[in-house]
Amino acid sequence: MTGSAAVEFRIDRRSGVATYLQIVHQTKQALRLGVLEPGDRLPTAREVVEATAINPNTVLKAYRELEREGLVEARRGLGTFVRRTLGSAAVTTDAPLRAELTDWTRRARAAGLDEDDVHALFTAVLDSTFKGDPHA
Amino acid sequence: MKGAAIEAIGLGMTYGRKRGWALRDCSFRLPTGRICALVGPNGAGKSTLLALAAGLLRPTEGTVRVLGSDDPDGTRARIAYVSQDKPLYPQLTVADTLWAGAQLNPAVWDRAAADRVAAPLPQDARVRTLSGGQRTRLALALALGKRPDLMLLDEPMADLDPLARHQLMGVLMAEAAEHATTIVMSSHILTELEGACDYVLLVDGGRVRLGGESDDIVAAHAVLTGRARDLAPHTVVEARTTGRQLTALVRTEGPVDELAWEVTEPSLEDLLLAHLRSPDAPPLLTPSAHVPEGAAA
Repeated sequence: MTGSAAVEFRIDRRSGVATYLQIVHQTKQALRLGVLEPGDRLPTAREVVEATAINPNTVLKAYRELEREGLVEARRGLGTFVRRTLGSAAVTTDAPLRAELTDWTRRARAAGLDEDDVHALFTAVLDSTFKGDPHA
Repeated sequence: MKGAAIEAIGLGMTYGRKRGWALRDCSFRLPTGRICALVGPNGAGKSTLLALAAGLLRPTEGTVRVLGSDDPDGTRARIAYVSQDKPLYPQLTVADTLWAGAQLNPAVWDRAAADRVAAPLPQDARVRTLSGGQRTRLALALALGKRPDLMLLDEPMADLDPLARHQLMGVLMAEAAEHATTIVMSSHILTELEGACDYVLLVDGGRVRLGGESDDIVAAHAVLTGRARDLAPHTVVEARTTGRQLTALVRTEGPVDELAWEVTEPSLEDLLLAHLRSPDAPPLLTPSAHVPEGAAA
């Protein structure tokens, strides 16, 4: 085994989202945020199921899906490793865009908006910006 | 085809002429490496089925082949069976019980696995002073220490608090991940097992009504909502009409007319409940749960 795993998964049984998809989504989110980097090892099926009490095949199914998308690769006897990141470096925690968004969010809050308001506003702007052009 | 952990052919069991059949005409197959939820209402025959598979009961009719063998004496060493009442020696201490487990399974005893499960127990306490949940923990420690190929667990989680339940289910799943152990767990509460199990056997009234991969069983059904009309060619499991609206859980036969019906996927729990409310719905076994032709001994 090459060092400990870089992430752990949280399974929400009541979310209505298939368990293997929760693992896929959380892995992608970690890749976007730079929590996972190329070369990092994902937890083994054994480690995941021991912590979450889910079926081992569910973990393997999620890892197969991530492998199919070219994000991770299984190395025989060693584990499953990250091949590439998702999104750009601009998404990581110390990037300037994030700092600007943090600043904007603070101003929104100071202006009296609560979390739901901010969320609704952000989603509306997001939708109108990206509408019709997923790569804008 | 991969080997079968359990293969039942025309299996029937009665505990006496006046008591009727606890299990009747059961034919199904459980492939190895699966984690199977054995579900059904109280008195459905779950415990009888597990005791038959463990070789502790002799079937009144039919056969049950376990790990490819008809001989219970030969397979006993490869099976761990934890019955509902967790029979342990009340006078022995926890440490004595684990020692006995090691002595009785000298070739295979996995001390680390047993100790890990039993660690929170007071090692010098006698078994009779333990709570129900503690006894369950000790019984599961023995079962895991034996490093079996097949675990038959009758209501294993019933006595455990939520934290212990989560932890021990995690230990069982880790065991299965590492050694491809086949696990059968019975419960009348499906939610306790959903997520952990990838295979389902629904036993009701002494018969197997559903058997197979949980995903495939769910995928074979659909909930249709729409204006009341004929549901043919689909097999109706349960249907309810309110005014003009019809809601039905069906086993789909061919494509569903998406213009006429709003189609949603049922949850496994909804599906099992619908079958329990509709005793006349025909049984369904997925291909892997079918006993192959000519398998009869």
